[in-house]
Formats: sequence, C-alpha cells, structure tokens
Amino acid sequence: MAFDKMELRDIEVWDGNFAAAQAMRQCQIDVVAAYPITPSTPIVEGYAKFLADNYVEGEFVMVESEHAAMSGCIGAAAAGGRVATATSSQGFALMVETLYQASGMRLPIVLNVVNRALAAPLNVNGDHSDMYLGRDSGWIQFDAYCPQDAYDLNFIAFKVAEDHDVRLPAMVHQDGFMTSHTAQGVKTLTDDQGYNFVGDFKPMNDMLDFEHPVTHGVQTEEDWHFEHKARQHNDLMTKVLPKIQTAFDEFEKLSGRKYNIVEEYDMADADVAVVCMGTSVETAREVATEMRAKGIKAGVVGIRVIRPFPFEQIKAALKDVKAIAALDRSSPNGAPGMLFNEIAGALFNTDTKALLSGYVYGLGGRDLTKAHLTDLFTELQANVDAGKVTTPLQQFIGVRGPKLSFL
Amino acid sequence: MANTGWNEFEIGAMLRSFDGGIDDIAGTLQEDRNYSQNNSFSASVADWRIEKPVFNKDYCIDCQFCWIYCPDISIISRDKKMVGVDMDHCKGCGICVEVCPTNPKSLLMFPEHADEETEIARWPEKETKEK
Repeated sequence: MAFDKMELRDIEVWDGNFAAAQAMRQCQIDVVAAYPITPSTPIVEGYAKFLADNYVEGEFVMVESEHAAMSGCIGAAAAGGRVATATSSQGFALMVETLYQASGMRLPIVLNVVNRALAAPLNVNGDHSDMYLGRDSGWIQFDAYCPQDAYDLNFIAFKVAEDHDVRLPAMVHQDGFMTSHTAQGVKTLTDDQGYNFVGDFKPMNDMLDFEHPVTHGVQTEEDWHFEHKARQHNDLMTKVLPKIQTAFDEFEKLSGRKYNIVEEYDMADADVAVVCMGTSVETAREVATEMRAKGIKAGVVGIRVIRPFPFEQIKAALKDVKAIAALDRSSPNGAPGMLFNEIAGALFNTDTKALLSGYVYGLGGRDLTKAHLTDLFTELQANVDAGKVTTPLQQFIGVRGPKLSFL
Repeated sequence: MANTGWNEFEIGAMLRSFDGGIDDIAGTLQEDRNYSQNNSFSASVADWRIEKPVFNKDYCIDCQFCWIYCPDISIISRDKKMVGVDMDHCKGCGICVEVCPTNPKSLLMFPEHADEETEIARWPEKETKEK
C-alpha cells in the first residue's frame, strides 16, 4: 500500500471528533468534501491532516458551503468512491436538500453529525434539533453516547451502508461538545482490523464504469416516483435492522464491544423507564442505579438506531414497565417530541398499560443534571402509584421561569 | 416497464444508457450504438420545435462550428463533413445558425412547416458588409 500505517495504543485518549476522524482514516475514505462548522470541524481537519501526512490515499475537496459539500460527496459516491463528511446544525440544515438526493440515489455515504442546536437564536452548543431535522431524509441514523461509540459506529455505518442489499447513506450522531470535545479513553482497532472489518469498497452501478454507463438522479414524476420511494421505505423498514444486528455481532467478535439496536439498562424488572439518546443515556443509567438503592425499580432505554426506528425492539424493551418518560432534546415547536411520538406509535396497539409522558430538556446545551433525572424518576413512580398520569403529557426540564407544561 | 412493480425495478433512480455493455463509445457512430429504451436518444423531441434549421450544402465550408456548438448533438457529421441535421433530436434553438460563419449562411431557421427545397431554391444572396 502506498500510504503509511499508524501505530495506535490499545487505548488512546481521544475526543469524539478525533475518534471519528481516526475511524475515517482506518476505513480509507476516497473522497471527503467538507465545509467546516462548529463543533464538527475537527473531524474533517483530522482527516485532512492524515491525508497530508500520507496516512490515507484520497481526495479532500474544499467547497464553498455544506450544500456543496454534500453535493460533492454525492457526485463522488455516484462516480464510485467511498465517501464521508461531517457537519452540524445550520450546516446540516443547508445539506438537507441534498440528503434526500443521496438516499434516493441509494449512495452509501457516511455523514458524521455532531449535534448542535438550530438557530434562532444562534447557539453552538449541543441539542438534537439537527438530528431530528434529518429524520425523514431516508438516511440510516446511528447515535453515539461517547467518543468510543463515535469511533466504533463509524465502522458499522460504513459496513451497513455499503452492503449491496442496503445501499443507503448513514449518519453517525454524537452530542456537540459533550461527546465531540470531551477526551476519554477510546479502545482502538489496529489499521488492518479496522479496514478489514469494513472491507474493500465495492461500487455498484458507478458512473466511472465506462463499459456500463448509467444516468444517476433521473426525473420520474408521478409515473415512477412513488415506486422508488416505496422501495426505499421498504428497504429501510425490512432490510436495514437485520443488517445492523449482523454488523453489531461481527463487531463484537472483532473488538469485544457489544452494541444493541436498543440499549437496555436494568430493564429486566423495571417499573419505570426513561427513553433517551446521546450523552443523557449515561447520566440516566447512573441515576437509575441510585434510584434502585432508594427502592424505585428504574431502568433506561437508550436508542442506538434512530432511523429506521426500532419499533419491535422498543416494544420488547418496554412491554412490562408501568411508566415511561420519553426525553426529547429538541424544540418540538407545536407537537410532542419525536421520541414521544415514535414510542406512542410503537406501543399503541400492544397490550401495554404503561403510562407515557414526554419531556423536553437540554435545548442549546442546557445541562441535564442528576437532580433533574432523580425528580423525573420520582415523578414516574408517583404516576405508577396513582395508576394514571398525574402530570401533563409534555413538560420542560430545567427551563427558567414558571414551570412549563402542555397537553 | 409499464407493469413493473416497486419491487422489480433497479434501485437508485438510475437508468442504463445502453442495452448491455459498450466497448468503444467514441469510435461507434450514434446509429450503431445499442441505446436502451431509457436513453434520451431513444426519445424524439421534434415536437418541441417551432422553427427548424435548413441546411444548404452549397455554401458550407465544413468548419464544424455547428457540430461543436449544437447542445443536443443534432448535427450529423461524417469524416469532418457536415451531412445534415438530426431532426428527431433538434429542438430548434438556432445556435447552429448563429455560429455559422459563411456568407450567406449555410444554415438558416425557417418555420417548421416550410418546404425545404423551396427555401433552398430562394436562398439569400451574399451580404455586403458596411465599412
């Protein structure tokens, strides 16, 4: 090989951004087209440095906006290359128009999204508004809770996205600053292990196959558009989760690190459960353990795969609990949060009698403290004792001023 | 294609330009290429046209400007000799006439219904340039 290999220690101290950049290096990305945006900038900076130092054979395309960055990635992926980039917040919003192109053209691009609030007012800190903005775009969405996850999920994202039965782009989400800029010990794979897990890139129907030229991104109008969308939806609903499970299993064999589509914590005999994503999962787990010491049977369900939403796994995880709190870290602007909606949808036609309430928390980087979660678990237990939801359906955690609740 | 279900077509909103493979696309004349039904070459756009270019070979110097500038590859040229216009794909934009350098022009736009032989018979005279 024409590029150098990097000697890594078994455990390196990396933040989430650098962990993602290292994973991109080990996967040997052919093309990265990127436009820097806080807090995801160090991901593509890291890749650019690896490229300059001859640790990767690829191309770094400097573009004039995130819209152009994703457009460049789509062109490179259609031409037949392994492609990735990173973005956040407003940049993600600017990419949205092209995200639909990527998934509709079935191009296996990997996008690292470092989650950050959407303006206005302008804010560089973390919440899940951008993650939620992309949820109908037809991409597979993984959620990392810590730098280790951000590293590992990149490999899994490439493996699933590039599978010839799937061929759908994938996002790896991590919490802005909380994961992306917090250095932790990250267990590494060697360059060979990482690359061999993902494997050589095998393009399908690429434009640079001169003997079988194809037209990408065609117009279909009413006679074929519906069929294409139906096929894409069908593949997401039926094919992707089994492939992800297989990739998780293979990754466990390789690294010893186990990932689940839905991460259950103390759920076996839980009465009350919190469903959340991102860094909040780890905080909630800690509080759940403390609640158990106080006699409340608390559990935590972490969503690992946001799209396709794991309805069956959620049903299984929550079938015996008595009260559930769905924690949404996004400004729902006129509706219950996305997690609340999906969980309500998953449980509606089941035999569950669980009481479901929705909470909005942590917008624009506001902390979710252990005290908040202790109150929340206590409130859920109060609902269980009363046998009904005694609180409003939607509440805001930690917002200044009078208590805010709706529905 | 008409009875194909969503589960039967090739995924990715992508069309194959040719039936099977193609070895030497540049060395194969358009009429000899195995264009697929999906290729735009297989569809006529003649009905877009309200004016058509008429070619008068008496004045043509085979400079190939029209061939180079035609946005729809509708100028038929063989061995660097202008042969005529592909009326299935010409949209009547008039660019070939605009770039034709001869005097009088060897390509001129006429209404779609005009009779070609009649128009060539009364082709304009050489224009004298004002100095």
